[in-house]
Amino acid sequence: MSRRAAYVVAVVVIAIMAAAPYWAAQFTVTLLNYIGIYALVVLGIVLLTGVGGLTSFGQAAFVGIGAYATAWLTTAHGASPWLGLLFALAVTAAVAALLGAITLRLGGHFLPLGTIAWGLSIYYLFGNIEALGGHNGQAGVPPISIGPLSLEPGAAIYYLIWCMLALAMLVVANLLDSREGRAIRSLRGGAVMVESLGINVFRIRLVIFVIAALLAAISGWLYAHMSRFVSPAPFDVRMGIEYLFMAILGGSGQILGAVVGSALLTVLTNALQDILPHFSEHGEQLQAIVFAIIYVLALQFARGGVMPFVLRFLPRRIKPQAARSEPLPRRQMPKPGTPLLAVDRLVKRFGGLEAVSQVGFAVAAGEIVGLIGPNGAGKSTLFNLITGVLPCDDGKVSFLGADITRANQHRIARAGIARTFQHVKLRSTMSLLDNVLLGTYLRTHSGFVRSALRLDRAEEARARFEALRQLERVGLGADPYDLAGNLPLGRQRILEVARALAADPALIILDEPAAGLSRPEKAALAELLRALRREGVTVLLVEHDVEFVMGLVDRIVVMDFGSKLVEGPPAAVRADRRVQEAYLGSVA
Amino acid sequence: MTPDIGLILGIDGIATGSIYVLVGLGLVLIFSVTRVVFVPFGDIVAFSALTLASMQLNRTPGTIYLVATLALAACAVDAVHHARRGRAQHIVRGLLGYGLLPLIPAATAWLTAGMNLPQWLQIPLAIALVTPIGPLIERIALRPIADASVLLLLIVSVALTFGLSGLGLLFFGAEGFRTRPLTTAVFRFGSVIVTSQTLLMLASAVVFSLLLFLFFEHTVSGKALRATSVNRVGARLVGIRPAGTATLAFLLASLLAAISGILISPVTTLYYDSGFIIGLKAFVGAIIGGLMSYPGTAVGALLVGVLESFASFWNSALKEVIVFSLLIPVLLWRSLSLAQVDEEDEEVQQ
Repeated sequence: MSRRAAYVVAVVVIAIMAAAPYWAAQFTVTLLNYIGIYALVVLGIVLLTGVGGLTSFGQAAFVGIGAYATAWLTTAHGASPWLGLLFALAVTAAVAALLGAITLRLGGHFLPLGTIAWGLSIYYLFGNIEALGGHNGQAGVPPISIGPLSLEPGAAIYYLIWCMLALAMLVVANLLDSREGRAIRSLRGGAVMVESLGINVFRIRLVIFVIAALLAAISGWLYAHMSRFVSPAPFDVRMGIEYLFMAILGGSGQILGAVVGSALLTVLTNALQDILPHFSEHGEQLQAIVFAIIYVLALQFARGGVMPFVLRFLPRRIKPQAARSEPLPRRQMPKPGTPLLAVDRLVKRFGGLEAVSQVGFAVAAGEIVGLIGPNGAGKSTLFNLITGVLPCDDGKVSFLGADITRANQHRIARAGIARTFQHVKLRSTMSLLDNVLLGTYLRTHSGFVRSALRLDRAEEARARFEALRQLERVGLGADPYDLAGNLPLGRQRILEVARALAADPALIILDEPAAGLSRPEKAALAELLRALRREGVTVLLVEHDVEFVMGLVDRIVVMDFGSKLVEGPPAAVRADRRVQEAYLGSVA
Repeated sequence: MTPDIGLILGIDGIATGSIYVLVGLGLVLIFSVTRVVFVPFGDIVAFSALTLASMQLNRTPGTIYLVATLALAACAVDAVHHARRGRAQHIVRGLLGYGLLPLIPAATAWLTAGMNLPQWLQIPLAIALVTPIGPLIERIALRPIADASVLLLLIVSVALTFGLSGLGLLFFGAEGFRTRPLTTAVFRFGSVIVTSQTLLMLASAVVFSLLLFLFFEHTVSGKALRATSVNRVGARLVGIRPAGTATLAFLLASLLAAISGILISPVTTLYYDSGFIIGLKAFVGAIIGGLMSYPGTAVGALLVGVLESFASFWNSALKEVIVFSLLIPVLLWRSLSLAQVDEEDEEVQQ
């Protein structure tokens, strides 16, 4: 479908939707109201689960909190529903922040299990609080009105629901296409890389969790004032599970998937309710079974949901041109020769094995220091200790005079250390440019609100220009919109170098950057590192290619069996007998 | 609360807790071997109780049709799987294993329905009838995606709860049942009265935990299960078939669930969907054990039972809230004691 045709289709769809109350039966409008209300919740799940990788079965509880909050305030205190909305948002945000603070540090499967548990807890709580009407629920919730205009009839609230949904979709879309959005998109696939860029993973998780809960609360508010009645039943954990499946069926990583998924499931439920009773007197039971079969089949054969099929017909997004822009400000590099990094008697034990024992060395600003040693000598472990990926058991690390021994990974990155990984950690489904843009996170400052309101464009352009410059610098500037996963492994390592450079670090730590590179590529990398030294950037690298290391570095630290063997200039290390023994075995 | 009441509540809690121990051990067994967080596990407990109840009421247990339906589906899935790979001899074996084997107890139950068998025959028959449910579900829905991420397996297993509760309602109806007590003797320790049912529940938890331990320590199959849970790839390399260990894990766990159902049915009225909550409570216990440790799970499950017992004394309406809220401090504790280790290759869904 061409771009123009897509616009025509979009306009026609919006026109048909806008005119729905005039052409459709009351029943259809009601159905559309429910689709819109569900889609708001599912949109939150798209952000949280589809993009952010955090699975929640408990969103129905947040819908319930929103609905009950407004129902209580408007019936017991006669407040305006708009005040009810504010109250619903405030209560939900508070509960979500508390639950999130407790559970979001847990990765993997504990979080979703936790969401089932609190989903059940909150549901039982609704049914047992007398002030909220107990199991009988609360009737007489007033309709929403805008000035003198009451939105009581279904057709009137229809517009409110869909306008709110459209607005929410726009905000989420803006958010995902921004600095914080890139951080959200990078959450899936392990936190170590994300933290190494100075991104506080816990904070990002907490914020998207609260956003998803707020979207659910808006949905609950609309629901309460549309149906004029709240009871615990629609906020059961089973409904929470259904919301998640709406997101999965729609296509959990796609914003439009929220609408597609909730429409699909709502229409399907409705159709089954019409059809199944013709076949069997047990229609209701069969419905649950049919849905289970659909879910299981979808998860086995179409994990991307419906959206990939829809996307095939939509024109591809225009790639924003990275135009020339003002470069991002650079840090003041420490004066060459001043002490930069000091590692003092560092110890790391894995059970009985001492992987790093009493290792100490210092790096001065403007140096290139090589760390070498046979496989299993503890080099990568040492890097992980310095950058805070692993906690050390003893010893001290200081950087620019500050103690960073027990600091978080993202605090260490903030202090000015960037790194690459021995096992490449990239986001293979993101473009080269986006991967490098992640590196600029610490040098840019637009937060969630600015991004959602699109006030971050000038800064984005600068960051984009910077990222492109770094890609060109490492020799990957030819196709910045290619996906990182399409690169051969050696060049993926170089992409990691570009990402580290985009952070404008004082110290760059490279873990086997030359592995998998051809000879000319290695020469280019060495030249790049020398250029960095001239700019005042300090380099610490692990490398197995001894020729590469010897010709490049100022000093070498040799490790073997977790301990430091020797330290000194390349020529001296090469001549050292102990080093020769470690690499070649002892001379008999 | 007097000390006497406290004691009674404690004993009651330990009795309920021992059911959660058995269910929790099954959950950990399944999770550690197959990485499946098997949410619908509690349904098997409820189905087992309902099966015994309908036998006692001289009705044909709905389980027969349930098992027949699942066996049919499993045979179909298995046959399609092998047919697409052109392995005819495997199809026959699949039909025998997934079709004939589970149908033997089903057929026996169907033929003897209404004959009012003595209780000592009803119970093993009910257990034999229910036990195939776990492995059958594994074959139908979980084996085709056995290599998927833990999260995806969890989502599928949550989807299965919908299906099982639908099937449960279809075959058992919405009515609640309670079975006749297994024993009626009462023991008196000072001022405290302990029913033999309580002792039976406790003893069963101890005996079956011990049997499980002996199985893991002293049989080749048990060691294969342990090896798989420590390192799946490694186990595969030394010739342990993942499909075989998965079936065995589900079979054993299913057996534990069936026994739990028989034990709990005289003390609690169970409905077709009661299993969901029982399963989740056992999960709370298993999570206390980190979904890994068997002793940790046992302790956690007993704790859940005791907490539930006291909670229902303080405020029976909020008992579920209290029990499930226990998970929050548990998760908090887990998260604080969590080592900062990266989950290396988390699957990124496309």
